[in-house]
Amino acid sequence: MTEHAPTADTVLPADDALNQLSARFGDALQRDTRPGYEGLIVDPDHLVAVATALRDDLGYDYLASATAVDYLGKGDHFEMVYHLCQTSGGPPLVLKAQTPRETATLPSLVGVWPGAEFQEREAWDLMGIRFEGHPDLRRILMWEGFAGHPLRKDWKEAYYEQDQKPFDSRWPGGHVRRAEELVPYGRNVRYPDGFSPEDYEEIAETPQARGLSSLGPGVEVEELATDRLVVNLGPQHPSTHGVFRMSIMLSGEEIVSLKPIMGYLHRNHEKIGERNTFIQNMPFTDRLDYICSLSNNLGYALAVEKLMALGARYQPPTYRAEVIRVLMAELTRIVNHIWAIGFLLNDLGAYFTPMMYVINERELILDFFEAVTGSRMMCNYMRFGGVAADLPERMRSEAQLLNDRVRDVNTMEYLRDLITERLPRAIDQIDTYLTTSEVVTNRCIGVGVLTREDAIATSAAGPVLRASGVPYDVRRADPYSIYPELEFDVACRTHGDVYDRYLIRLDELHQSLRILNQILPRLVDTEGEPIFAGRGGMYSPRVPAGEAYGRVENPKGELGFYVVSDGGQNPWRYHVRAPSFINLTPLERMCVGHKVADVVAILGSIDIVLGETDR
Amino acid sequence: MSDFLRELHDPDIPVPEGIQSAVAVTRLDKLLSTVYNWGRHYSVWPMAFGLACCAIEMIAAASSRYDQARFGMEVLRPSPRQADLMIVSGTVTKKMVVPIVRLYNQMPEPKYVLAMGACASGGGPFKEGYNVVSGIDNFLPVDVYVPGCPPTPQALLHGFITLIKKLDSQNLGNRNSMPWYSRGPSDAVPIPVLGPDIIDPRQLHLIRRYAAQPEPADESAAVEAEA
Repeated sequence: MTEHAPTADTVLPADDALNQLSARFGDALQRDTRPGYEGLIVDPDHLVAVATALRDDLGYDYLASATAVDYLGKGDHFEMVYHLCQTSGGPPLVLKAQTPRETATLPSLVGVWPGAEFQEREAWDLMGIRFEGHPDLRRILMWEGFAGHPLRKDWKEAYYEQDQKPFDSRWPGGHVRRAEELVPYGRNVRYPDGFSPEDYEEIAETPQARGLSSLGPGVEVEELATDRLVVNLGPQHPSTHGVFRMSIMLSGEEIVSLKPIMGYLHRNHEKIGERNTFIQNMPFTDRLDYICSLSNNLGYALAVEKLMALGARYQPPTYRAEVIRVLMAELTRIVNHIWAIGFLLNDLGAYFTPMMYVINERELILDFFEAVTGSRMMCNYMRFGGVAADLPERMRSEAQLLNDRVRDVNTMEYLRDLITERLPRAIDQIDTYLTTSEVVTNRCIGVGVLTREDAIATSAAGPVLRASGVPYDVRRADPYSIYPELEFDVACRTHGDVYDRYLIRLDELHQSLRILNQILPRLVDTEGEPIFAGRGGMYSPRVPAGEAYGRVENPKGELGFYVVSDGGQNPWRYHVRAPSFINLTPLERMCVGHKVADVVAILGSIDIVLGETDR
Repeated sequence: MSDFLRELHDPDIPVPEGIQSAVAVTRLDKLLSTVYNWGRHYSVWPMAFGLACCAIEMIAAASSRYDQARFGMEVLRPSPRQADLMIVSGTVTKKMVVPIVRLYNQMPEPKYVLAMGACASGGGPFKEGYNVVSGIDNFLPVDVYVPGCPPTPQALLHGFITLIKKLDSQNLGNRNSMPWYSRGPSDAVPIPVLGPDIIDPRQLHLIRRYAAQPEPADESAAVEAEA
């Protein structure tokens, strides 16, 4: 079932690109020859030229992911890793540029792919790499004034104990030692030596730090009608779907410019992930996009399996495991999309009523998740090479709720009823009530338009990209699991407005049901087959040195896990390409020119989850 | 009714045998407290304020299946000025704790804080992270902790019931029990500052002692070496 293993007659994208570009760039462009690594290494001086050539001549128009790796003690350089894709499909091309740790400067690629904007800011914030030519290089997840760049390998957090888990201190001499006892302040804080609180002036909330200077000119009191006003939305605002914040410059009611401010839920996923062992990261991926925990699991499992496949004794997941994975991923997509539609209506002013309907359906799916995985939301279910448990024969409800459908039912019957009867009815109900509703059409059609070119350039993913007329779906473009043998269409709409982003979610709901209808007979056929390849190794997988980028089509867009292993028990680098984060790059383009009330609808139609945006 | 009377009745005060089922004699403050608490305990308005994963379960608890309207708590107020209860539903980051403290200060008294989930109670799975506060109780007084990651809606409802019990036990006759009726305004929680790390104004003396004169009095290094 490994789709990624190259066969003899396929040409790797890196070789192809090298063949075509080596004449022009000579030694500046080289094949990455480290064992387990792929792609091309480019000399920083030629980075922009190579990137432009890749985009214009070879069709790599889509920057999927850009992230930095700190090779401290392994060459002592930072490496910026770009995953480039063609929107016509195919596996990504990996482009790398290295810079010494002391200087840490690279040219910015925002001019080539505007989608690099936030990702380069993140690399500056967490890794301390300066990007020359970046239009607005500020910290993005931490605040201005924070000491240090926390993802550097030599940066230690306040509760630092050891580089790798499991820590020795967890049970020394049979006693618990709390992390607070390690720090004189009794808190999770550390200050630079010689820091004096009296002399400190806070810069985190200055206009510069909030990006207001890049909003454009401020209040110009020339005539009363043209005053410009800065409005702060969030982080505590019912319509930001969490703790998201925006600085909006208004001219009257009209938006002139808009800068997102994030990081209010930055919980250091990547730093913690690099201390964890490989399997310990699985429950953390649940908490990225906490509405779709199971498909996050799948993405991470795919990335690590890709790495494991470099080793000799790797066994791919069994067929039944793949069937169950797809079942879970598609049910998750339904959960997410009905939730997103409910929340969009909430944002449009229908308040909680549509949510009541969609949460009812969501609960039915969560009952199934709970019966299979043991948890409603944080399922922690996928494993490297399979899944944690088979579907139970019967579903029983422990908590006897008044309106509980699950008391003691056959799992397959429950699932069949859900997929063939209950969910199609619910989705049709949503369609009937909402699609032609005057409120929805008036507030959505023509609002927040994202053109096809802008969507590709700003690395928008998932429904946002497809609503703008780009039929790009990782399940088809770079297939994984058993999607190649399943029949479904890539939903695509052409207007790129809020209404199309709403419609595309309905389309995808129908496609998910179509997939699930094909999964049901496969579940019956594979009944009793093993759900896990091989024996053992489940909790301490043997991961050879190398890098891998696992990507799945999450409900919110392309979710990628970039994992670098040095052959040890924990990942050397663990990066999440979060669709919610990168989909915010085009937010300003969508909002400018609209009224301030439309921001809420536009943000709702992007469908972000802050756990994933801020990680 | 008789259960209610029996609870209200002060056992130290004798009542003639024949009218015991219809009469309760009690102290004035207890009577007033009971009526006062009864009046407010089914109308606690939580703030519509979601931080992370737990917020999703909080929304689920408000939906028809779990129906927190049964406790009079379905009125989620987006403004802190109209809210009685702050449900800290998720990981508190250093960047977010500043607005949280500010929101808490803006809530009118009496106000309650419910720490929902492992993160809000003590840092949870993300405790070791450099941007994570090890529990909101480092900054705000917490009334109810709800364990879980995330807690199920049932667990949250149990947290509400626990809060109602606490609310019922508050006594008008006792200043410490209802500090918002004491003379003068209550003290606001000092708002933390985003410096090189989060600075809690209440810890300034510690920061002055340990950070301003680092070596050789660096206790963290000493503790680490010991371990």
